[in-house]
Amino acid sequence: MADLNTSPNLTDPDGLYRTLIDLHAGCTDAESHKRSAKLILCLANHIGDEHIFRQAVAIAGDAQTSAKDT
Amino acid sequence: MARSSFSAIPRHKDYAAVPAAADNAHHVVIIVGGGPVGLTAALDLGQRGHKVVVLNQFDFISGGSKAICFGKRTLDIWNRLGVADRMVEKGVVWNIGKVFRGDRSEPIYEFDMLAAKDQKMPGFINLQQYWAEEFLIDAIMELPNVELRWGHQVSAIDTEANRLTIETDTDTYTATADWILACDGSRSAIRDMMGLDFEGRIFEDNFLIADVKFEEERPVERWFWFDPPWGGASALLHKQPDDIWRLDFQLGWDIDREAAIRPENVAPYVKGMIGDDVPFEEEWYSVYTFQCRRMARFVHDRVIFLGDSAHLVSPFGARGANGGVADADNLAWKLDAVLNGADASLIETFNEEGICTADENILKSTQSTDFMTPKSTVSRACRDAVLDLAEAHEFARPFVNSGRLSTPVSYPESSLTTPDRDTWTNGIAPGSPAIDLPLRNGWLLDSLDGGWNLLSGKAIEDAPLPVIVLDDDKARQRYGLSNGGAYLVRPDQYIAARWQHFTLDDLEATAWPT
Repeated sequence: MADLNTSPNLTDPDGLYRTLIDLHAGCTDAESHKRSAKLILCLANHIGDEHIFRQAVAIAGDAQTSAKDT
Repeated sequence: MARSSFSAIPRHKDYAAVPAAADNAHHVVIIVGGGPVGLTAALDLGQRGHKVVVLNQFDFISGGSKAICFGKRTLDIWNRLGVADRMVEKGVVWNIGKVFRGDRSEPIYEFDMLAAKDQKMPGFINLQQYWAEEFLIDAIMELPNVELRWGHQVSAIDTEANRLTIETDTDTYTATADWILACDGSRSAIRDMMGLDFEGRIFEDNFLIADVKFEEERPVERWFWFDPPWGGASALLHKQPDDIWRLDFQLGWDIDREAAIRPENVAPYVKGMIGDDVPFEEEWYSVYTFQCRRMARFVHDRVIFLGDSAHLVSPFGARGANGGVADADNLAWKLDAVLNGADASLIETFNEEGICTADENILKSTQSTDFMTPKSTVSRACRDAVLDLAEAHEFARPFVNSGRLSTPVSYPESSLTTPDRDTWTNGIAPGSPAIDLPLRNGWLLDSLDGGWNLLSGKAIEDAPLPVIVLDDDKARQRYGLSNGGAYLVRPDQYIAARWQHFTLDDLEATAWPT
């Protein structure tokens, strides 16, 4: 079974980050949350592998990597 | 700025004011502005044998907080002009950058700026702009054909006649020139007097620069903090020569700018960063805001804009002075060719490539700024998510953006670049600068002669331009060269074309002037 790739895998991370921020331009917080959810669902479907999805969920929910939330 | 207000400017070194010249003399090239950009252009054109007059509104090199970071490409350019050794000797060489978050003492991310080793010049040096200017001026003073006019300020321009009105402390005179290079900085008087546009974005944030002197052994690295424990949204620490350090603090938009630079208000930030117990002295405190903008065109008939007068970026990434020196390098050989009889349309390729450089610098510095100063709840959440993940997860680290430092800009689409005919899996793509390497007890870049050159895997008979043979394995490997292959290199050391099986006829389809 393939595992989640946690090595850098993008040729233009700054450009991709910009695209992500631009997705939310002019949005209310509620609209932003909804767009983020749609984006995650699109990508999850493309990945098509629940095992990998669960590994990503584990990272996103990890208390250590979100300890500094303010 | 009125000439009388110059007294408030800190001085690094004084020069004797030059008396006004006779009215209406004609010159080949007048450069307006004596900063790193104007001086680099003057030195390049001067070394190529042209008569140049440089007008500097000051009769001194100003001190204070300006550019301090000079990148590999700028050092290669200054090396070509013979001034880089002094810069590197005086400067602080660094390659490592570290990114911290909050009060944690371990970095969440670090990077190395020197990607390809075995090159004459280092990845970066930190050097106060005034030292760079002094070394350029010393080299210019060796040239009898370049005249530095200290204390000469342009007060009017007549673009019909390409005539400048110039004021000194005591007199006013006029002068005309075939070419005027406006290297007169972000508040360019020439740009204003010509009524030209300067479009772009203003970023609503204030940054405090504290250049301070203290003696302490610390690693020579670029340190950047997100959400530092002493307050403010971000902070940056850089070492300069002579035990001077640059501390840069992001303060936010709604602040009292005059109060911010009072020593009692600066001290808590400085102590927060370097520690309570380290005694320090103020060199220079200032608050700045910044903008990302550029002119629609840099070439306006016989008036050409270079550096900050043509384009402005945020300081994160050292793209201001380095971008300006790139302009001088790009223009000098083209203007040299035109002055020697080439068609003036070659100058238009400076407009094309200069704008390409400015746009990349503006894009990179805008992306950095947007990461460092999130403008909305969601962009703040994305930024903090990246920082949360970066410590434990390698994949998130490339998103951490504390300033993408200046690297040379490539021109694959330029009209001077010949697209590849062959399939290449390595080497240097046309439109990118040549990369240095050791060659026969010296360096490849030192063996280029400042004109058009060929790099070849073997000797070429009856070549109409100088050929540098890359005869060792390492050199061939870096350039992906076989025996019959060749690269065509421009006077500014950019690759114009390359072939795996080269014949002299191939030169016809290139920008090389036959």
